[in-house]
Order: sequence, then C-alpha cells, then structure tokens
Amino acid sequence: MAVTALPTLKPQDFASDQEVRWCPGCGDYSILAQMKKALTTVNFPREKMVFVSGIGCSSRFPYYMNTYGFHTIHGRAPTFATGLRIARPDLQVWLVTGDGDGLSIGGNHLIHALRRNVDIKVLLFNNEIYGLTKGQFSPTSRLGTKTKSSPQGSVDAPVRPLSLALAAEATFVARTMDMDPNHLTGILHRAAAHKGSAFVEIYQNCKIFNDGVFDYVTDKSSKADNALFLEQGKPMIFGKDRNKGIRLNGLNPEVVTVGKDCGVDDLVMHDEKTESATMAYLLSRMMVPEFPEVFGVLRQVSHPTHEELQAKQAEEATARRGKGDLDKLFRNDDLWVVE
Amino acid sequence: MSATATLSVSTSGRKVQEVESITIRFAGDSGDGMQLAGTQFTNVSAIMGNDIATFPDFPAEIRAPAGTLAGVSGFQVHFASTDIHTPGDRLNCLIVMNPAALKTNLKDLEDGGVLIVNSDSFGPNDLNKAKYKVNPLEDGSLKGYRVIRVPIDKLNRESVKECNLSPREADRCKNFFALGLVYWMFERPMDATLKWIKDKFSKKIDVLEANTRALKAGYNYGETVEAMPVQYRVAKAKIAPGTYRKITGNEALAMGLVAASQMAEKQLVFSGYPITPASDILHQLADMKNFGVKTLQAEDEIAGVGAAIGAAYGGAIGVTATSGPGICLKAEAIGLAVMTELPLVVINVQRGGPSTGLPTKTEQADLLQAMFGRNGECPVAIIAPQSPGDCFDMAFEAVRIATEFMVPTFLLSDGYIANGAEPWAIPDVKKLPKISIVHPTEPNSNDGTTHENGTEEPGKFLPYKRNPMLVRPWAVPGTPGLEHRIGGIEKQDITGNVNYEPANHEHMVHTRAQKVANIAQTIPDLVIEGDQEGDLLLIGWGGTYGSIATALQRARRKGTKIGQIHFRYLNPFPKNTSEVFKRFKKFLVPELNSGQLLLLLRAMFLIDAKGLNKVQGRPFLVSEIEEAIEKAIA
Ligand code: SF4
Repeated sequence: MAVTALPTLKPQDFASDQEVRWCPGCGDYSILAQMKKALTTVNFPREKMVFVSGIGCSSRFPYYMNTYGFHTIHGRAPTFATGLRIARPDLQVWLVTGDGDGLSIGGNHLIHALRRNVDIKVLLFNNEIYGLTKGQFSPTSRLGTKTKSSPQGSVDAPVRPLSLALAAEATFVARTMDMDPNHLTGILHRAAAHKGSAFVEIYQNCKIFNDGVFDYVTDKSSKADNALFLEQGKPMIFGKDRNKGIRLNGLNPEVVTVGKDCGVDDLVMHDEKTESATMAYLLSRMMVPEFPEVFGVLRQVSHPTHEELQAKQAEEATARRGKGDLDKLFRNDDLWVVE
Repeated sequence: MSATATLSVSTSGRKVQEVESITIRFAGDSGDGMQLAGTQFTNVSAIMGNDIATFPDFPAEIRAPAGTLAGVSGFQVHFASTDIHTPGDRLNCLIVMNPAALKTNLKDLEDGGVLIVNSDSFGPNDLNKAKYKVNPLEDGSLKGYRVIRVPIDKLNRESVKECNLSPREADRCKNFFALGLVYWMFERPMDATLKWIKDKFSKKIDVLEANTRALKAGYNYGETVEAMPVQYRVAKAKIAPGTYRKITGNEALAMGLVAASQMAEKQLVFSGYPITPASDILHQLADMKNFGVKTLQAEDEIAGVGAAIGAAYGGAIGVTATSGPGICLKAEAIGLAVMTELPLVVINVQRGGPSTGLPTKTEQADLLQAMFGRNGECPVAIIAPQSPGDCFDMAFEAVRIATEFMVPTFLLSDGYIANGAEPWAIPDVKKLPKISIVHPTEPNSNDGTTHENGTEEPGKFLPYKRNPMLVRPWAVPGTPGLEHRIGGIEKQDITGNVNYEPANHEHMVHTRAQKVANIAQTIPDLVIEGDQEGDLLLIGWGGTYGSIATALQRARRKGTKIGQIHFRYLNPFPKNTSEVFKRFKKFLVPELNSGQLLLLLRAMFLIDAKGLNKVQGRPFLVSEIEEAIEKAIA
C-alpha cells in the first residue's frame, strides 16, 4: 500500500469551536488535552475519526473535538458505534463513556460490543459518581459511599470495570488516570493502535461530587506505594523504594518485599499477550489497601474483529453465488407464467 | 363453495364439481407438519393458475404438549378462478389430524363442508387431551358435515414400511399422505411437490423415498377408495399477464429493502433482535450477503435500532425490524434519529398486545404508538403496506422517504400479511425507480470573503442548513473539511450547535413537523375504489385491504353507492384526503383495534366517522364488514 504522508497536526487542530463546559478542575480537561495530543501521533486522517458518546459529563467529549462526533443517548453509545463500524470499517471509532453510562444503564451493550470484538476504542471515565445528575452513587462507588441518594452509605457492591471487560472477552484491557498525562497519552496511543475492541478505564476526578476519591494513587506522596505500573516482559515491581513486588502463591497474588521475602525472579513477569485472561483477571481485582492498583495494559491479544469476519462471509457468499442479482433473487422460488 | 357449481364426470368416472373458489385448512398438532402441507398446496395451486391467498395460524408455544388444544397449528388456503383478496371466511374443506385440531377448527367449517379426519388419532387418550368426553366421530355431532374418515396413521405407516425408518420418522410422513389425498380431491398434480421433496431430502435418501411414497399413497387412496364423495375443479384465474411467484409479506419486505438499497447504490445494514413475527426479515437478509447486505443480530431491541442509526450516520441504509414490544424499547433511540435528522427505517410487524400479548396473532393496534409513542413532539413518517406483495413496494418507499427527508420512517406491517402469501408479479428490475442520494463533499457556507475574481472563500460546514423541503444534508464521516458534531440535545437551526433558547426550540419543533408534512408532496393521492361519491366511504389501512375490498365488491353488487379508500401513507396523509371526504355522506373505518385511525381522522378532519373494530387477534371476515355496511346505510 502506498504510504501517503498525512498533514502534521497539532493538538489544537483537534479542538472544536465549542466552549468547554466542564466544571473548573474536572479531570475531564486533562483527558481531553491528552487525547488531542495522542491523536497527533496516531497517523490517521482526522476526518476519519469519530467520537461517539452516551450521556453524562464525559459524554460531552465529542462536542469539544474537531472530528466527527455523535452524542447519543444514555448507555447506548456502543450500539451506535457498532453500527457505524459495521457500515464503515474505514473509520477510527472512539467511544467515550462513564461509570453510570457504560456500566449501569448501558452495561449490556458494553459487554456485547466487547465480546464481538468490534473495533471500537472504549474510554470509560470512572469517577465513581453520577456527576451530571448532581451526585448520586454509581455502580463503581465503593460500599458505604455517602451521597444524596445514599445518605447512610451505599449498600451495593461495586462492579470492577476491568474484571467485567475481561469477562466480556475484550481483546485490549488497560487502566490509566487523568493525573498522569504521560501515562494517559501512552495508553490512548496504544488503544488507537489496537485492532479490535479496546477497553480503557480512566480514573477521573470529579471535582464537585467526589473530589479526591483517587488521591491515594494520583497524589505524589502515596502514588508509588499504591500504583503498580505494568510493563510488558518486566517483573511487577512498585513502591517508593522499588522494592515491593507481586508474587503468585497458588492462585493468589501476594505483595512481597524484594530482597527480604524473595528475589526479583520470583515475581510475576507481566505478559499482556497470553491468550488466557486469568492473570489479567487477578490483576484486575487487586485493590488498595491490600494490594497496589495496576495501571497499564493488562491484556492485548489479537483476534479477528467482527467487521473482518462479516467481510469474509460476504466474500464467501459472493464467491459461492455470484454478486447479488435482483432478478435472480426475485425468481428464487416456484414460478408460473400467466399469458 | 360457490353456488354456481356445475357437475361433470372425471376420467376416473367420479363426479367432478366445478367451483369458483375453495377455502381449505390443514389443521393438526404443531409437530404434524401442517404449515408445510399448506405451503405445498399453495404453491401447486398458484402454479396451476389459481389466484391464492393464505393464512397460517400457529400457536405461541413452539412445542406445546402433543395432541393438546394449545398445540394446534393450522394453515388456510383460499384458491380461486377469480380475483380474490382474502384467505376466505368460511372453510369448504377442513383436514384434521387429531381431536384437538377438530375441536379448535370445526367452528369455521361451513354447513355441509367436507371434513377429512385422521380416524386413527381418536383413541381415548387423544380425546382426553383435547378435552372431549365422548368421541365426536361417534356421537352424531358431526352430522351436518360431509365427514370422510381416513385411517391416516395406519395407511401412512403401511406405505412407508419398506423405507428403513424408525416408527417416529415414519409417522412424520403423514402430512404428505394427507396432502396426497387432498391433491387428488382438488385435481392438483403432484410433480412440483415430488420435486420439492427430492431437492429438500437429497441427503436423506430414506426420508426422500418415504415422503414420496406417502404422497403418492395418499393420492392413490383418493382415486381408488370409494370413501371420497367427489372431486372439485377450480379453473385458472384471469390474472394480468406476467411471471408470478408466491410471496409472503416478510419475504417481500426483505426483497424490497435489498432492491431499494441497490437502486440507491447504498449498502444496507439491517440490525434486529429476534422477535415473532418479524424474525423472518432478519433470516432472509442474513442470507443475502452477496448483495453487500450486512446484518447484526443485536443483543437487544435497543441495540437493534442503535446499530441501524449508527450505520445511517455512516452513510448506509440503516434498517431495524421488530414487533410492538420491541418498538417500546426502541422509542428513545428513534427520538434521537428524529433529533439528529438521520434516515432510518423502522419496521413494526404488529401483533396482538399489550405487553407480550398474542405473539403469533395479528392486530393493527400500534398506529398511535408509531404516531405518538416517543417523548416530546417527535414526528416520524408512517406508511403501511396493504397486502403481502405490497410490502415490496412499501419497503422501497420507506427507504426512499427516510433518505430523501432524513427522517425515521415507520413501516407498519402485521402478522397477517407478514406470514400470509399471495401471487406476486415479478417486477422488471430495469424499471425499478432510482433512489438518488447525495452526500455533500464541500462546506455549504462561505466565510464572507469574496476574491477579486468573484469566487468566495469556503466557510464552515453547517449541518442543519436545509434545502427547500427543510431537509438537512447527509454529510458522512470520512469527508475532509465537513467534521461536525450531532447529538440529542436541542440544536440551533443551521449550525447544529447545542442551543437551549426558548424561541429556537419552538422553531425546531415546528421545523421538524413541517419537514414531515412536506413528505405529502412526494406521495401519491388517494384513489377511490368503487363509487367516486356516494352514501358511504369505507376507510382502511394496512393489512385489512383484502377483506374491505371484497366487502366493497359485494355491497356494490347489491346496489349500494359505496366507495373505498385505503391509506398506505398515514403520516403525512395524502394531499387529497379531505377532498375525498367531501364526496361521501357517511364513513366507516374497519380496523383491527379499538379505533386508532378513527381517532386520527376525527381529530384531524372533523368527520363523523364510525368504527368497525375487532380485537381478537384474527383478521376480519368479509361477512363482518358486509354486515357493518348494511347497518351503516340502513
Ligand atoms: S460534575 Fe464532576 S465530572 Fe461532571 S464536569 Fe463537574 S467535576 Fe467533572
């Protein structure tokens, strides 16, 4: 294929003329900024990028991007994105959703988009709260979260987005955070490059209704001890002194101190490419305070996409029956002639 | 059978009675293959040159316990030497494979009608399952009919005994035995069915052989056994010249959609969730991938419509199909398509409601749902085919309207025409109309700068800048320079930017409504059938056309000054609607609901129309409409 040089775009080329209306200090600003930056390096024509979203604070995202954009209805964005990709496999489709939109009202669609491996890059802004409806607990809110709709604390166990994505057979599963611009840009870049459905959970601070809920991983003072940054082929090491690691004890991960409990060789080596999702699943369940929380790509495997399989069937059908001929179609039954 | 029957003698020396039309029903357990027998009988009748109309009637349960009343499945065929529009009111002949089928179907058999009974299935256990206390074959309750008792089980087993089949498999051939018998009775040749058996079972030689033998044995039984009182002959119908096939409404919809996409030179993306009675459309289209059709079996009804809208946004013909309960789920997304002004075709194959209602039975009770069933003021285009074959033309129209007006377009079919079949003249592909679709490639505004040579500097793309019909441009992703955002929040006209201003909202509500109203300028006027003015106008829509048209013919023979109009376009109504109303004194609106079109007509045209309403999950009998006509003009 001939390589045509695309015009070099700057982040501001991806900004639309619309005024951004998120609350001052909202984590969404950082994600928007990193997205514009990441897109300058994905080597894909801007006019072929589409941002699809549902409803919620995060779902305003498409309005602020100077690409094609479709702000749809609550929870259903994966369905529109799926139809769009089926019709137009030449497009790069991004889906912006939140914990309420993607995991509550739209949980079903998210599962099915992922298991079909439709080539959509799903960005789930997780702020553990309903922002747009002014502060009710969400499906990712921790047990006991006190909000207007849960004055005594929520009694519902939260869903773990990464575990859900893995169970739904997502071929790319990653986590990042609004407050680490470099890591965020890197993950967005990798999601863009993945062929198939990509799922990225982004810890996002809601300044107004859930401020600081992720401070333990975003704040400099505690980040190193609470966040484990995964690197392909490298042992799982974290901690201020880079001396803590993850070891497997049977089917259970455990936190160990390198040099004291064991050597580096005893730590789990990260391999995002293994077909089995078991290790990725174990990682997806690690939570502070027992464990560090993982950031980076948990899983990236290569499976045919829904669109590719559809195209293959169309080819086979055409090879077998010839290109569709209406007259033949009309006549594919017993006929009789009236004179 | 028509009163003008004449008798002659057949080659076999048996009496042959010539009749104008026959209505026959095969009824048995849902495992007895009655749908297959009925379909074969229909095909052969059509090939023989009769006009035909069919009505399959199956239970909601896939496999209710064998032999029970809930498990009865029926297939009715009306075939005639004249032009017919309905599957027939009363049965001239009924074939029942068990007591349950007898019990549920006997009421439809005319007095003196032929009743063919599988006498082998009237044992105590069978009777018990059908809740008969005494054997109806023995208590004299059938003496008003011409009963022909045939030991079908025994004769069938005998005919296939050399075929190496298990007893169960052998019994499965009995529908062919029954079919053979009926073929003889109505002078139908067996070749088409023999060929069908050969094609269908080419991989199962034993079954092929057994079904062949069963069919022939049934036929020969008719010829040789004295039990059959008479043969009937129905001459060829006078039908417009052409090449014909038999078509059901769902088949015609699938073909119409594909034809429209080809004539629009566009990809068809169909996305739906399985639901009775609409699933066949998905099945058909899933098997047309060589036409570039893409289908998605979605995870639910909402995803079904969402993916269709997503595809439309990408520039494809996006279609979803469902039945009433599915429309409830799709309502919010359809509202989004109204707001974003994207083309979308929504097919509702209506069934009895509310809720799960009567999944396999027909009704026309979703008209007001289509009209008003979304939040806010949310107008869509609504059309409704009037017969199985008309589904082809209306599917084509749905695509035409949706794309020409950038508006969701509802097509209201129903269980009756979806599964019912009629002869269909194969259209000439070269004469199918083109659907022209243009996607803009350049900005549609200038930035105000005019160069010395008079050219203007291109400005922005304005996604809601409209043409004279108020239609916005269909710009698709991938077009450089036209990047824009759409969504469900109210938008400013022309720019499409999010806008909450009161006056703008009102302007947009009116604009969306006016755009739909403008469709009237592109649809045909109503044509009055029968008298062009007079005492009574019959007004119908959708699948009831055949029954109303037949009632009209009969009423006119009696000298009534009566006309008929049938709405295939329901939103907007045709331009000449009120003009037509001025020509008549009284109005009768037969509908399979409690008066939905009636409500619209009374509200919008201020006419004192009366309804004829039936909500039994079954189509109108012609006689019911005839009676209502008589009452109306009395
Ligand atoms: S409510 Fe929270 S999430 Fe929403 S814009 Fe404001 S800060 Fe951001």
